[in-house]
Amino acid sequence: MAISTTVTSTPAIDVASAKSPPAATRLSQHTVEVVSDSGEGAQKCGQIFGAVCAKQGNGIWTVEIIPAEIQPPAREIDGASGNRIRIGSGPVTNWGDQANVVVAFNEQALLSRHRLGALDDHAVILIENMWATHPDGDIREQWAAAMDELAAKPYRVIEVPMEERCLTVVDNPALGKNMFALGMLTWLYGLDRGHVCEQIADTFRGKSREVYEKNVALLDLGSHWAAENLGFRFEVPRQAPTEPMVVMNGNQAIALGAIAAGMGLVAMYPITPATSASHYLAEIFEKFGGVVHQAEDEIAAAGVALGASYAGKVAFTITSGPGLALKTEFLGLAVTTETPLVLVDVQRGGPSTGLPTKVEQSDLLAAIFGQPGDTPHVVLAPATIEECFHIMITARRLAETFRTLVVVLSDANLATGVQPFPRPAIDPAWLAAAPDLSAVPEGTRPFEWDPQTGLSQRILPGQPNGMYTATGLAHDERGVIAYTSDVHQRSGTMRSRKMAVLQHTLQPPTVHGDESGDLLVVGWGSTKGAIEEAVERARQGGHSVSSLHLTFLSPMAPGIKDIFQRFKKVMTVEINYSDEPGAPYITDENRRRGQLAWLLRASTLVDVDCWTRIPGEPLRPGAIHEAILAHLPKGGAR
Amino acid sequence: MTAESCSLLALAPDDLREFALSDFEKSVPRWCPGCGDHSVLTSMQRLLAEEGLAPEQTVFVSGIGCSSRFPHYMKTYGFHGLHGRALPLATGIKLHRPELNVFVVMGDGDCVSIGAGHWLHAMRYNTNMVALLLDNHVYGLTKNQTSPTTPQGHRTMTQPRGSYLPPVNPVSAALGITNASFVAQTAEWLPPHLYATLRAAYEHKGFSFVRILQRCPKFTEGVFTGFIEHPDSVQLIEHGDGVAVPALARTYKNRIQHDPRDIDAARSLAEADDITRLGVFYRNEDRPTYDELRAIPQRPVEEKMRLLSEELDRHAI
Repeated sequence: MAISTTVTSTPAIDVASAKSPPAATRLSQHTVEVVSDSGEGAQKCGQIFGAVCAKQGNGIWTVEIIPAEIQPPAREIDGASGNRIRIGSGPVTNWGDQANVVVAFNEQALLSRHRLGALDDHAVILIENMWATHPDGDIREQWAAAMDELAAKPYRVIEVPMEERCLTVVDNPALGKNMFALGMLTWLYGLDRGHVCEQIADTFRGKSREVYEKNVALLDLGSHWAAENLGFRFEVPRQAPTEPMVVMNGNQAIALGAIAAGMGLVAMYPITPATSASHYLAEIFEKFGGVVHQAEDEIAAAGVALGASYAGKVAFTITSGPGLALKTEFLGLAVTTETPLVLVDVQRGGPSTGLPTKVEQSDLLAAIFGQPGDTPHVVLAPATIEECFHIMITARRLAETFRTLVVVLSDANLATGVQPFPRPAIDPAWLAAAPDLSAVPEGTRPFEWDPQTGLSQRILPGQPNGMYTATGLAHDERGVIAYTSDVHQRSGTMRSRKMAVLQHTLQPPTVHGDESGDLLVVGWGSTKGAIEEAVERARQGGHSVSSLHLTFLSPMAPGIKDIFQRFKKVMTVEINYSDEPGAPYITDENRRRGQLAWLLRASTLVDVDCWTRIPGEPLRPGAIHEAILAHLPKGGAR
Repeated sequence: MTAESCSLLALAPDDLREFALSDFEKSVPRWCPGCGDHSVLTSMQRLLAEEGLAPEQTVFVSGIGCSSRFPHYMKTYGFHGLHGRALPLATGIKLHRPELNVFVVMGDGDCVSIGAGHWLHAMRYNTNMVALLLDNHVYGLTKNQTSPTTPQGHRTMTQPRGSYLPPVNPVSAALGITNASFVAQTAEWLPPHLYATLRAAYEHKGFSFVRILQRCPKFTEGVFTGFIEHPDSVQLIEHGDGVAVPALARTYKNRIQHDPRDIDAARSLAEADDITRLGVFYRNEDRPTYDELRAIPQRPVEEKMRLLSEELDRHAI
C-alpha cells in the first residue's frame, strides 16, 4: 500500500492520556452492528472494523445489512443499511445470535434491528442523539416513541452527539459519521490505530490526501469522545495466526477461484446478489487473459458461456434464482451435448423476484431437477468462504472430466460474508491446460461412450478429422440425429452412468460429533457454521447430537444412509420453506418439507424430519439450538 | 484463447489444401423437395470450397427450425442449438476462438421472433461472423404457423383467417441498429446473386447479416411467385463495394446503383414495400468488431501464478 508509510505521521489525539482507560471486559466473542440510512457509510465503517479485527488476529464473520434499493427514503425502518461483525478469539464460522454492541445513526434504523430481534437484551447502544432535539416536531416524536419502545428491553442506551462533534471537522457530517463511529469502536475494542489508518487508506485509495486526513481526523474524534465518555471497554483476545491468511467475501472467493481454475470467460447479466463477483472479475480478469462478457440477458449469458465452452476451455456463467430459471433450456443443452459448463447460482430469497439482497436456500431442487427432460449433472454447494474459492477448481475439473454441467449453489450469506481463511497454496495444476487441437484419427466419434462409465473424449473445433455437429436433438455416438428407441435408451444411460461413476469416486461425508447417537442434523451450504455451533451447544448440554454437512447434492456422496441408520432421528436444517407439523390442514401426508429433506427421504427411505425458516437472514445458532432441543427423540438426553 | 496459445495449429498459414464442394457435403438433406434450403446449402458449400476454408476451422451454428438443420449437412464443426439462441452460442465461440470461421443459420422464427433480442444485440456487438436469416415467411417444421414475416392476410394454422399484422421488415430493422456493419438481402432462387452475396458477407470484417428470401413449397408456396415470374418486380442494388452479378443483367433490368456506405439511402431503399430489392444495403468496415475489442493477450502459466499470488496479497491479513 503506497501511502501506508505516511499513515502514522498523522498527528494522533493522545487518547490514552485523556483519561486513564477503564479495564476491558474479556470476552471469547462479541457481535457488533453498525446501522444507518443507505449512503451514510455504515457498511464502510463495519468493513474496516472487521478487516482490522481480522488483521490483528481475531476470527471474524461479517454480514451486510442491505436494503434492495440504492437510496431508500431516509429514516425508514425498511431502509436500514449496515454491517454486522462477529469477532472471536478463535475462528468464527457464522454471524452468531444477537448483537452486543450497536452503533446507530438514527433511531429508525435501530428500531428495525430491535424489532427483528437482532439485539441482545443487554446490548450497548450508541445512538446519534441529534434527532431528540431536531427542529422537525415529527422527528422528535418518532425519536420519543422509539425510545419508549426500546425501553421494553434492558438495553444500555448511550446517546452520542455524532453530528455535533463531526461538525467541528467537516461541513457535511453525513459523510463523516461513519469514521466517527469507527473511532468509537477502535477505542472500545482497543484496536491498533495504525492498522485502522492503513485500512482507511486502502478504502480511500485513489482519493486525495485531504480525504484521507479528514477521515483520520474524524476517527480520532470518535476515539476521543469514547475515551472521554464511555466508562467501559471490551477485549476479545487475539491469536496471531499460525499460517498465512487471506480475508475476503464469498463472491470475491468465487471470482479468484475461477481464475485459479484456469477459466477464461464468464458471461453474466446483472443480478443481485451475484453481480459483485463479476465486478471483481471485471476489475482483474483481463490481467489473466480472461473476459467478462455482460450479455443482453440471462439466456444469452448461458449461451455465450456454453458456446465458449464448446469451442475451448470451460467457461462459466453466474446468476441468482430468477436467472437460473431463464437459463434452464441452455442447461439441458449443455447436458445433452455433453459440453462442460459451470453455473454459479448465488441464491437469494424466492419465489420470483423475492428478496433480492437476502439469503435463502430455496433453489436446491430447481438446480437439480429444474431442467425439463432427464438431465443428470453435478450440483455442489460451498459451506464457507474458503470453499467458495476451492469449489470453482473442483467444478471446472468435474465439468471437463465428466463433460457435463456443474451447478455451484452459493448464497447471499456467503456472497457478502467476510471471513479469514488460510491462504490457498495455489497450484499450476489447477489451471486448465491449453486445449489440444491436434488431429484425431479419422472416424473418431464425438460421443465415444465407454460402455461401462459413459465417459468419452471431447473433440474441439479446430481438430482435423473431428468435425461433428453438437445437437440438442437425440443423437447417437456420431452426434447424428437419431430418434430410435435403442439409441435414446443408450444415450440416456450413458449420460446418467457418468454421475454414478463420479459418486463412486467420492468419500462418505464426515460426521461432526459422534458417529452415532440420538439426533443427526443434516445441512448444506452456508448454514454449516451456525449448525455446528448449535450442535456443540447441545452436546455441551449433554445431548447426543451430531451433524452432517453435504457438499455434493447431486450426485450425493456414498454412505449417507449408513450414517443415518446410526441415529435415532435425522432432521435437516435449511433456509427454505417447510410446513409446520400441526399447523392448520397440515398432515404428515401433505406436509411440504425442506428441499434437502425431500431429497434425502427419496434417496434413503429414512423418515427425515426438518426444521426450516425463511427469515431473509442467516439462521442463528441459538435458534437452531432450540430447534435441536425440540426435535430430540423422546428420552434422548443422556 | 488466441491462436498463439493453441498447442498445435491445425491450419497453418501455408495450408495449401484445395477443397471441392464434396469436401463439405455430409449426409443427404432431409428438407422437402423444392425447399429453398437446398439452394443455400449448395451455395455455401461452393463458397467454402472456393474460399478454401478448412472444414475443421469452420463452425456452423444454428437455432431450431427447418433451416437450422443446416449444420448437420455441412462437413464442418457445427452446433445445432436452441430455438432463437444461435447467436449467443456463436458469440461465445468467437470470443474464445476468434480464429474460427463462424456462420450462423437462422429461420424467421429464430431470428425475428423468439431470438429477436439476441439479433439486435448481435448486430450491435458486430462480432466478426456471417449470420443468415433464411426467411420463408412461415414456421415450417412445426407445420404452418404465422411468423413475424408472414405477409398480412396469409392464412396459417394459427391465423386461419389470415395474418392480422403487417410483417416485420428485417432489413430496415437491421439498418436501424447501432453499429450495424453489413446488411444485405438476396433470394435463393437466384443462385448467382445468392452466391455473390454470401461471398461479400464472408469477406466483410464484422457481423454480416444476410436475409435470404426463401420458398417453402409446403406452406408459403406462391408468396414469391410474382417476383420469380416478373423480374421487373425485383430491383438489384449494385455497386463495386456491394454485389454486381453480370449473369443476371439480361433478365433483371431493374437495377439501381447504391453506395453501401450511405446509411440514409440504405434505409430508404429498405423501407419501400412496393418492390423487393436485392443486394448490399449497407457495409461499413470501420465499425469496431466485438471479437477485436475483447481480444485479450494470453498469459503464460508462470505469469498467471505470479499475478494470482499478487492478487491474494491484496487480501492477505
